[in-house]
Amino acid sequence: MSPETKAKSASANRLEPVDEVVVRFAGDSGDGMQLTGTQFTSTSALLGNDLATLPEFPAEIRAPQGTLAGVSAFQVRIADYDIHTPGDAPDCLVAMNPAALKKSIGDLKQNGVLIVNTDEFHDRNLKKAGYETNPLDDGSLAAYRVTQAEITTMTHRALEEMDLDSKAKNRSRNMFALGMVYYLFSRPLDTTVEWLELKFAKRPEIAEANVKVLKAGWNFCEITDQFQVRYEVEPAKLAPGVYRNIMGNSALSIGLVAASRRSGLPLFLGSYPITPASEILHELAGYKTFGVSTFQAEDEIAAMAAAIGAAFGGALAVTSTSGPGLALKSEAINLAIMTELPVIICNIQRGGPSTGLPTMTEQSDLLQAMFGRNGESPLPVIAASSPADCFDTAIEAARLAVSYMVPVILLSDGYIANGSEPWRLPKIEDLPDLRVDFRTDPEGFEPYMRDEKTLARPWAIPGTPGLEHRVGGLEKENVTGNVSYDPANHQLMTDLRAEKVARIADEIPPMSIDGPDEGKLLVLGWGSTKGAITGGAQKARAEGLEVSCAHLRYINPFPSDLGDVLSRFEHVLIPEMNMGQLALLIRARYLREVVSMTKVQGKPFFRSEIQAKIHEILGAENVH
Amino acid sequence: MSTELPVLTKKDFQSDQEVRWCPGCGDYAILSCVQTIFPQLGIPKEKFVVVSGIGCSSRFPYYMDTYGFHGIHGRAPAIASGLKATRPDLEVWIATGDGDAMSIGGNHLIHTLRRNMDVKILMFNNRIYGLTKGQYSPTSELGKVTKSTPVGSVDYPFNPLSLALGAGATFVARGVDIMQPHLRDLLTRAHAHTGSAFVEIYQNCNIFNDKAFEYMSAKQVRADQTVEVLHGEPLVFGKEKDKGIRLKGTALEVIHFADGHGPEDCLVWDETDPNPALAFMMAQLGPPDFPTPIGVMRNVALPSYDYGLVHQLEEEIESKGSGKLEDLIYSGELWTVGEGGQVTRGKAVADPG
Repeated sequence: MSPETKAKSASANRLEPVDEVVVRFAGDSGDGMQLTGTQFTSTSALLGNDLATLPEFPAEIRAPQGTLAGVSAFQVRIADYDIHTPGDAPDCLVAMNPAALKKSIGDLKQNGVLIVNTDEFHDRNLKKAGYETNPLDDGSLAAYRVTQAEITTMTHRALEEMDLDSKAKNRSRNMFALGMVYYLFSRPLDTTVEWLELKFAKRPEIAEANVKVLKAGWNFCEITDQFQVRYEVEPAKLAPGVYRNIMGNSALSIGLVAASRRSGLPLFLGSYPITPASEILHELAGYKTFGVSTFQAEDEIAAMAAAIGAAFGGALAVTSTSGPGLALKSEAINLAIMTELPVIICNIQRGGPSTGLPTMTEQSDLLQAMFGRNGESPLPVIAASSPADCFDTAIEAARLAVSYMVPVILLSDGYIANGSEPWRLPKIEDLPDLRVDFRTDPEGFEPYMRDEKTLARPWAIPGTPGLEHRVGGLEKENVTGNVSYDPANHQLMTDLRAEKVARIADEIPPMSIDGPDEGKLLVLGWGSTKGAITGGAQKARAEGLEVSCAHLRYINPFPSDLGDVLSRFEHVLIPEMNMGQLALLIRARYLREVVSMTKVQGKPFFRSEIQAKIHEILGAENVH
Repeated sequence: MSTELPVLTKKDFQSDQEVRWCPGCGDYAILSCVQTIFPQLGIPKEKFVVVSGIGCSSRFPYYMDTYGFHGIHGRAPAIASGLKATRPDLEVWIATGDGDAMSIGGNHLIHTLRRNMDVKILMFNNRIYGLTKGQYSPTSELGKVTKSTPVGSVDYPFNPLSLALGAGATFVARGVDIMQPHLRDLLTRAHAHTGSAFVEIYQNCNIFNDKAFEYMSAKQVRADQTVEVLHGEPLVFGKEKDKGIRLKGTALEVIHFADGHGPEDCLVWDETDPNPALAFMMAQLGPPDFPTPIGVMRNVALPSYDYGLVHQLEEEIESKGSGKLEDLIYSGELWTVGEGGQVTRGKAVADPG
């Protein structure tokens, strides 16, 4: 239940329990909104809420102050139950300036709580945001519960006695807003206070100022009775375990380190900076004590080529990129396919084509991952479905790469790369054993001889006496690895390279179906849409609709029971943040009609959109 | 490991593959040269890796009985960089051509040189595209008539030595395919250098650009048309050792000893000069007014990229200890959900299950 529905029965300043809330902090790039949101998240995590977050920041590093282009926002959803997405529409919006208001107000729920910093609503800022009249005065916000606060003024007042310049004082404004939101949602201040004291341990006056302002925000609400109702979200019933909040790119990086440790192979990352994948390079560059080598290459091509060189030498080789970079790597990826060397290619997708929407999300590289290379060049493609799932997906990508001696494409996207959720931490001993055996015995060695089960060729690394051999991009004769233009051999090698990937299906676990395993409608997804799909389908099912959902981690090859699963449902709905790429693959492979639901707006699906589509297909009433 | 290495011979480095360059190609001489010096370097055979790109010269690895990687067009330096960065114990050599290294792979070449990656780059310069059957290359002379430039090329060529020097290469040399003893010496010195060694090798393509280097390498003109650059020696050349090169003002000029000059007037070459300006001037020399310089233009000592990378890892591990996966995963703000759903901060002592 959302706050406004509960609010109707609430008496003044009464504490109301709600099962979830969505809060969005929006302000100028310099207003510290990411930090404010992160603090709200940490505090809620430690209260035991389930949560999911979604940051939104401008593509420009220093967009002009006060403009729409400069708005930075952070949305967080907290709940007392298991949630899957950062929420569709906010229940509460904090707008630090007119531009932030303009950009987000359309998303705020009717009767939602709106907190504005009135100090910033002066003519110049209103004009920059494109407001002809002041929305605080013209009645355009009548549908919301507006709290007007002179946040800047009150921040300065709280710091009157402190010897800080005006600029430094301004910088703690966000803490005032955070204090207000903590009051509204009955959160304690101690987590943030402790964090501030730790963060500014060397500058105690800054810590003190921020704590003062944080408390001032809380006190302002309490003394002036700003909100009719305050809300409370109980802890969620999460599975027992140790948790931390994690973003997708971070989980992916840690997953790669884990794969390195579990395989005993040193980790090598060849990468060229690109949004939204750069954090992987940054994070891995910090893991030198884990023996991780990072190579910031001169371009995307070199990043992939260097990874191939490292793989030839026996490293766990990785390259990270986003769509345009994947395009540049295509030729080198084929070299890895041809030389049958393990490389993990992490593609953190963003809006395309071309430079597209660097900071916004999309799933439109699926077909590029599948087919964007010359010749017959199949490789395994797997996708992460949530921020924490990036950890497991990275380990699985490494496992496939070294077991089958193939390059593997791991698909993530901007939404889960920058979004966060609680991650139930695994026990180290439960992580898969990825140990590999390099070939050392020269007796009977041939570079393209094959493992019976996986068809993998031996990994024979330079430095091993007696195994000197040559690999390369020219077609190789099976077994001997000699250059071969023989027609029958090319057919055989093409078949073998395809068969190697196809055999992975034998060990993919059976599909897990959420809901009945047969019936009227299956919602099938891949990648980051899992949260919205699961949430939407569960809501619809709670409304009595006969709908199930299933999610694909493996896209090449598909799970072997996928055809059977599809055949058990009357309708199949495939929502994707592209123009129907999985739908195309499913139709082609299984010759069955599916309903393709597409969205390319740089934003993830709303749960409600999926829910509405389910209703439409099943001919039921509209979403309540 | 035993300190005694098996005695290796040229034969140990000849693979069982049939060499398929055109008869008379300069590549044969370079292959023979490399196969001759490899056994003399005191390195176990299994430690050699030869990496190449695409083109005639890039077939090189197939003919060497070492670990070999025949890459894709222009990318050999990048492949070799990833290998050397993770396996500094290996002796990594690159065989490339003027099209492979200077055109499609120009970016990788300059950045590999800039980083001083410890790889040895042999650039076979035949001033033509051979494998694609005779188009002009980025080192072809202006006005070159080829299949793709029927009335002559209108773009200016790269001077490979200048390019390498401009990229900050720490070892820059030029040799000629048919001048075997000299070339063997250059390659041995390239090996001894720590960091990137760039060796341009003039190589005759007798099919598409025959006799391209006759003007300086033909026996009857060689002594007068080349000047061998030797560290610590004056720049003297000519059949009768009767000419030299001196620095006059900001330019180099040829002096004739018959005019009263002597070797003492010549520029004494210092390959270790940290300032590459003179090397750059030398690289510009050539016909019609100057002999073509051959030998080591530059040889300066700088730590290599792979050394720096490995050193950083070792230092971090030494000062902070080897990373523990458990600590990495269980870091940041943790909270524990107990069996009864109670939430506590941090990692609870009880087994989280």
